[in-house]
Amino acid sequence: MQATEKAPVTSVKADPVLLRVQGAFKHFPISGLGGLSVRAVDGVDLEIRRGETLGLVGESGCGKSTLARLITALLPVTAGKIILDGQDITRLRGRKLRRVRRKMQMIFQDPFASLDPRMTVGGILQEPLDNFGIGSGSDRTRRVQELLRLVGLNPNFNNRYPHEFSGGQRQRIGIARALAVNPSFIVCDEAVSALDVSIQAQIINLLQDLQNEFNLTYLFIAHDLAVVRHLSDRIAVMYLGKVVETADRNDIYDRPQHPYTKALLSSIPVPDPVVERDRAPISLKGEIPSPVNPPSGCRFHPRCPIARAPGVCSEVEPLLEPHGARDQSAACHFAGQA
Amino acid sequence: MATAIGIAQPVDWDVPEQTGLWKDAWIRFRRNRLAVAGLVVVIILVVMAFGARLPGTPGGLWKILHLAGDPFTQDVTNTYALPSLQHPMGTDILGRDLMARVFYGASISLTIGIVVQFLILFIGGSIGMAAGYFGGWIDNLLMRFTDIMFAFPDLLLVLVFVAAFGPSFWSIFIALGLVYWTNLARLVRGQVLSIKEKEYVEAAIMTGTSPLKLIWKHLVPNSLGPVIVTLTFGIPAAIFTEAALSFLGIGIRPPEPSWGVMIEDGYAGIFADPLQVIFPAIAVAFTMLSFTFIGDGLRDALDPRMKR
Amino acid sequence: MAQTLLRLEDLHTQFFTGRGVVKAVDGVSLHIDVGETLGIVGESGCGKTITALSVLRLVPEPGKIVSGKIEFRGQDVTKMDDEEIRDFRGNDVAMIFQDPMTSLNPVTKVGFQIEEAMTAHNRFSSSAAKSRVIELLKRVRVPAAESRVKDYPHQFSGGMRQRAMIAMGLANEPSLLIADEPTTALDVTVQAQIIQLMKQLNRELGTAMMLITHNMALVASLCQRVVVMYAGRVVEEGPVEQIFTSPQHPYTWSLLRSVPRVDEARKDRLVSIRGLPPDLVNPPPGCKFHPRCPFVIDRCRVEPEPPLEQVATNQVARCWVLMSNVKEEDIAAAKTSALSLDAAKILKQDLAVAPVDEVPSNAGN
Repeated sequence: MQATEKAPVTSVKADPVLLRVQGAFKHFPISGLGGLSVRAVDGVDLEIRRGETLGLVGESGCGKSTLARLITALLPVTAGKIILDGQDITRLRGRKLRRVRRKMQMIFQDPFASLDPRMTVGGILQEPLDNFGIGSGSDRTRRVQELLRLVGLNPNFNNRYPHEFSGGQRQRIGIARALAVNPSFIVCDEAVSALDVSIQAQIINLLQDLQNEFNLTYLFIAHDLAVVRHLSDRIAVMYLGKVVETADRNDIYDRPQHPYTKALLSSIPVPDPVVERDRAPISLKGEIPSPVNPPSGCRFHPRCPIARAPGVCSEVEPLLEPHGARDQSAACHFAGQA
Repeated sequence: MATAIGIAQPVDWDVPEQTGLWKDAWIRFRRNRLAVAGLVVVIILVVMAFGARLPGTPGGLWKILHLAGDPFTQDVTNTYALPSLQHPMGTDILGRDLMARVFYGASISLTIGIVVQFLILFIGGSIGMAAGYFGGWIDNLLMRFTDIMFAFPDLLLVLVFVAAFGPSFWSIFIALGLVYWTNLARLVRGQVLSIKEKEYVEAAIMTGTSPLKLIWKHLVPNSLGPVIVTLTFGIPAAIFTEAALSFLGIGIRPPEPSWGVMIEDGYAGIFADPLQVIFPAIAVAFTMLSFTFIGDGLRDALDPRMKR
Repeated sequence: MAQTLLRLEDLHTQFFTGRGVVKAVDGVSLHIDVGETLGIVGESGCGKTITALSVLRLVPEPGKIVSGKIEFRGQDVTKMDDEEIRDFRGNDVAMIFQDPMTSLNPVTKVGFQIEEAMTAHNRFSSSAAKSRVIELLKRVRVPAAESRVKDYPHQFSGGMRQRAMIAMGLANEPSLLIADEPTTALDVTVQAQIIQLMKQLNRELGTAMMLITHNMALVASLCQRVVVMYAGRVVEEGPVEQIFTSPQHPYTWSLLRSVPRVDEARKDRLVSIRGLPPDLVNPPPGCKFHPRCPFVIDRCRVEPEPPLEQVATNQVARCWVLMSNVKEEDIAAAKTSALSLDAAKILKQDLAVAPVDEVPSNAGN
């Protein structure tokens, strides 16, 4: 076992891909309804390269938060592989899994729910250091203070409780906690969505600076495409449990291949009245269908402006294939024709 | 990116100091007058009980201070005495000082009421925690068992247990614990289920916290508030059940004067001397009321949704 | 020129709390013309919602309109009696809220709720109201309106509920629609549908609109004029194009630069507004924005609050500095982050001494 585990380590250094998601599924069975389940993540393939920020965007119920919990192994997959640094983490349990988490951390959505109200800020930041046995006792206290200072908080506040801090400050404590173990990969799950606009900017800037400073790789998940595009190098768009398009941040805006991406982009108002006057959003019919019973064929076809249904779109499920620019893929029978 | 990055802005260097969570709860509790009154009564009861149990002297501190007599010394020449300076609550059928017996009874009732809660906490707490934490078939098994236990009439089940163990202080204690844990188990399970979904628990798992530490450092402290409230409400319930058992004659054995035993004793001569029943009954009522008020106060004080 | 529909003059709304008097709305003056769309923007807690609630005299306890005038078509709303105010709320003004679920009665059919809104104010006979319900639902583009009138609110999706709320708001053909964060709770594609709908309604029916939001992009796409509020006061006001191309108050400027644009070609740093909105019981002296302003000068701290002064045609701002006088390098400095490079260096040194990123792959199986 040791030899096979050791072998990939050397090749890993050369591998530009840090995380691979291969055919990930997550179905939540609905109790009492024989065999029915919520197909939250329904066959996702994804690659995240070292040092990049992959933005994952989609509307509510598209499965992006569930995918985040599969990647961080907070939820077990129904099927599929999550390969971090050459190691499939879906089969790891207990201590081995905990050791992997040293490389991978998460920043959560709600700054009021992500910090234990019964623990001091110092205790919250020290917990990861204790768990992973990082440094000696006095070392840890000092490190906690440096972490607080790192995110612009007074290091002497380590004995304060979370409720004494504002939303933005709490989110920074959450970021400091994620950085405590010096991870290389951080999953940000709607990390700025719950914050007021001005504080959102503060956290976004901080995330950018930390990435430069510590060579971090981010998976940045949000429903706000403007924020995702601002932070990301590449973007993946999810719809009803599937990735429908991935591309470079500029390609996805300049030449979206999937009609859903196009509609999503056109739906976001731009803070510029002159530009807004000439923009007309592509109006999609209806709303997102239930993930319990997704539409046949292409899941987007009932709302799609260019779908041929009945026809290929309602019968054959399109695969995520290269379309458009280099490094761009879309899952659409008529990619680029919208 | 050539912009000036990385200049720390010490803008929110200062955070207004606020009171801690427990201190905050205490401030809220203090504002509830009934709860504070209840707490005062309970403290008086505890002092009464301790005083009556001073080791070495049968009548305890109260006898030494000439405040009450001896709960066990009989005086057949002075039965059913009306309240007087010497016997502030009068004497009973055997001429024993009633006040001394009420004080002594407080020690039995309070001990049963409070100590049983620890047993309930242990049984109900662990079953609820295990069901909530592990979920799945373990949850199903434990909760169905809890439902079955809950479905039995409480008093009947206690009677069965006491009958099985033989009447003594300890058998009552164990019987009450074995019957009254179900509510707490359900409560703890519900608490754990909701806390388990919180992001801070996910965060703790992400930062490598082991399952045991997760339970001990995150799940237990965060479910403590409602548990304390439920246990507080459990105290009067246990006291009442003990009184009922003793009244039925299968609880504490005479001459040990628990309040239930005293009501039963006095019941025989209720028309001759109603005070025999009234004094211990008042004691039971006061104690129950006090703990209920404290429970109400704690519930409001420990509810995080309540703002000062 | 256009006719003024609503005019607020020096409106003060205060909340009398145990901590002291919260000056939620502190001398606000603004107006809306007939058929105009006005945006009121600001962070949460700036008083924008309370301003709207004051117009309808729906300020919750312990709040009170203390002084000022609210004139609707020349009639003072603050002096209306109960009968008049009910009439005013039902017939002249309608309000739609952020969360449509809490504003709809869950146990009554949607169609009936809309019908009730009409018959309650005696504008329509009950038979006329019945036939108008379907017409209204069609107008707000609820598909299969004929059958949906019999549905209960929970059978509607979020977007549909907001449409039903708008239909109810339009039931009595009000001349002013107040919308408080009408799209915040909705998904992006649904949000776009609602924005389109509100634009069309404004165009087709000439309903004036007061849009209350923190979302600058929403204002850009819907409004003709903008009022920016901070700490209960108006700090800038002007036509939407002018406000967006040359904001003069640093707060307006910061709000605009704090949100990323989806159409930006390259990543630029965002402006973050440091600190928190002020405590409205004890607001800071001088300009209320000075503790958070990146371009603060001594005058802002020392002198009393600057007045609202004309800075361009139709544009007023409350600032001693004004953005037109701010230098480029100061703007760059406003884009700093909270990151402490110093602490980062120490933390990285720690790693050099004891590398913590090494994960043993085979220890302790």
